[in-house]
Amino acid sequence: MGALAERVATPLLPSDYVDLLSPLASSAELRGKVVGVLPETVDSATLIIKPGRTWKGHRPGQYIRVGVDINGVRRWRAYSLTSSPERPDGNLTITVKTIEEGLVSNHLVHRIRTGTVIQLDQATGDFTLGEQRRRKQLFVTAGSGITPVMGMLRGHSEDLEGSVLIHSAPTGRDVIFGRELRGIADEGRIELIEIHTDRAGMLNPANLAAMVPDLAEREIRACGPTGMLDSIEAHLETIGLAHRLRTERFRPAVVVTGEGGTIHFTVSDVNAQGDGATPILDVGEEAGVLMPSGCRMGICFGCVSRLREGAVRDLRTGEVTTATTGDEIQIQTCVSAAAGTCQIEL
Amino acid sequence: MTAIQKDPDNPIAHLSREDIEQIGRELDAIRQEVLDTRGEEDAAYIRGLIDTQRKLELGSRGVLLFSLFPPAWLVGTAGLTVAKILENMEIGHNVMHGQWDWMRDPKIHSTTWEWDNASPADLWKHSHNEIHHTYTNVIGKDHDLGYGIMRVDEDQRWVPFYLGQPAWNLINAFLFEYSIAAYDLQLKKNWKGRKENPEFQAKAKQVMKKIRTQMTKDYVVHPALSGPSAPTTLAANLTANLVRNLWTHSVIMCGHFPEGVATFEKKSIDGETHDDWYVRQMLGAANIKGSPAMHVMTGNLSFQIEHHLFPDLPSNRYQEISPKVRDIFERYDLPYAEGSLPGQVASAWKKVIRLSLPDDTLGKAKSLLGFGRKKKEADIHEIRPERLEARAA
Repeated sequence: MGALAERVATPLLPSDYVDLLSPLASSAELRGKVVGVLPETVDSATLIIKPGRTWKGHRPGQYIRVGVDINGVRRWRAYSLTSSPERPDGNLTITVKTIEEGLVSNHLVHRIRTGTVIQLDQATGDFTLGEQRRRKQLFVTAGSGITPVMGMLRGHSEDLEGSVLIHSAPTGRDVIFGRELRGIADEGRIELIEIHTDRAGMLNPANLAAMVPDLAEREIRACGPTGMLDSIEAHLETIGLAHRLRTERFRPAVVVTGEGGTIHFTVSDVNAQGDGATPILDVGEEAGVLMPSGCRMGICFGCVSRLREGAVRDLRTGEVTTATTGDEIQIQTCVSAAAGTCQIEL
Repeated sequence: MTAIQKDPDNPIAHLSREDIEQIGRELDAIRQEVLDTRGEEDAAYIRGLIDTQRKLELGSRGVLLFSLFPPAWLVGTAGLTVAKILENMEIGHNVMHGQWDWMRDPKIHSTTWEWDNASPADLWKHSHNEIHHTYTNVIGKDHDLGYGIMRVDEDQRWVPFYLGQPAWNLINAFLFEYSIAAYDLQLKKNWKGRKENPEFQAKAKQVMKKIRTQMTKDYVVHPALSGPSAPTTLAANLTANLVRNLWTHSVIMCGHFPEGVATFEKKSIDGETHDDWYVRQMLGAANIKGSPAMHVMTGNLSFQIEHHLFPDLPSNRYQEISPKVRDIFERYDLPYAEGSLPGQVASAWKKVIRLSLPDDTLGKAKSLLGFGRKKKEADIHEIRPERLEARAA
């Protein structure tokens, strides 16, 4: 039956025709439909997403990559899942906080409409409870760092009784899931310590032991800005508890760009220095990498290759294209130069 | 037309280096304007078109299940023909050009697209995007010039083989998608020594496989699905493919063969700058005037000049930039080749017939018959009527 369908559909795939009727039914592509957008705070919102047929589910604490078309261009970002895997309606949720100038986060929080079909990847990540769930937990979070922890609190509500959560936000109104967190704290299921940094300042890790007397007996999971994670890591190192710490770092959304940089050709495992004016195609060939090429003037698209990480600049327009881990952005190597460290899949 | 450098009336002789550089800057600015405004509407255009095309194909094939009934045959065949033309021209050709790569949608991307055509996408992309668009109309480099079987320029030396070219071209039109596949394989060049050429063998195998799956779909599977309507569905598929061949052949001929399109000598592109390349593209292509529906059905190759200047801009934008491009032609006194579809097709055919004979046979015949025109005048008039008109205006 499948073989016949392929013969009928060629050169397209049968799934291309299925997509015409129902984008969520595809067996080839995992997509999701936004079925609801719930504002959380002034700058964050939860998206309720109905996943496609091939969704394999997730473990609390994991994240998914979401691909959304903004002004015609598909952009991928990773967000922690904030829903329980056992959600009765089978939907999943992600909760997004806007970043200043953040193209995708602003779009998802303020502009996306229900009914929009978005691209999804299967859930991934190891910031999960795993085997250590029997031990008591300490969660230290800030800002949107609460999102994977919320996923765990919702997904493992019984296992996490007795946990402590120290959460930082500028004010009480900026606490994402504030009402729900205070609710479960009031029921006595967890202890919640809120730090409102506008008035109280940032968390000083040296105070952790005073805030959580049984600190040494707990698994410690932290998620938030890099500065906070680094300081916690350093402090736990000095008091000999570093082995208890697991962190989830949100990837920096901003890629440092400049003129030129080291180009890593991932398949051939070759590093080469690219200056800001030399096409990556020339740099690669010079370094002995087998580069696909064509017209060498940007018109034939015979040299198109994947940028996996880093930044490149279009030598014709000056436009910078960036990619972060997990991205596969196709670029024309004959008219692109390194604009910072970058990885090319060749 | 003869190669521009040999032309006693070289249309770019009046351009200084500064002029050419300024033309380059102005064209870059037009390109940048499109890039700056490229976005959601363009994405919606191509997605909508792909959606429409697929539904039209699906619907037409559905109707053809009952093609035993003549009205169903007519409607289904017409729909399928239009769907197949859209798929090859406005969608396939342009997606494979990378015009939609900027959307970063792997489903609508030059690296993944496969089209409903005998020629496999990657072979076609090489011969078309790389060779033809880089070396447009350079004699000896651009194989599109006469497809290697026809003499379409005075500078191609006449041999008796060319006497048959009106016939070759007609056969070519009927079998166009297979000619394209043969051409992408450079069959003529590679035929001798094919046995010792593993690269050719591999590509030939790839083409044969593509042709087989295409033929199985159109001439076996879909007819078989039609049950009692099998013979009529087979005829419908044959008709749709044939009409598409004739249509695309005509459109492609209009792009570079009509009178008034310039050709270039091989050595003239040594050390060519991007600005020189722009000027070569300006003179090496011809447009077709017509309705919006015609533009879509040609894949906007009716804006062949704009397409050759900016092969990677989304095709739905060519019409919009056309007046700006035309303005540059006018300010720099360059001939903007353009005509109606029947006019351009006739002009291209006329050239194919004229050049099938040794040079000036028609002129000599005319003098012998006592038409009394001086040779020089007759030649110029035959070669480039548009320019003379432009000069006069």
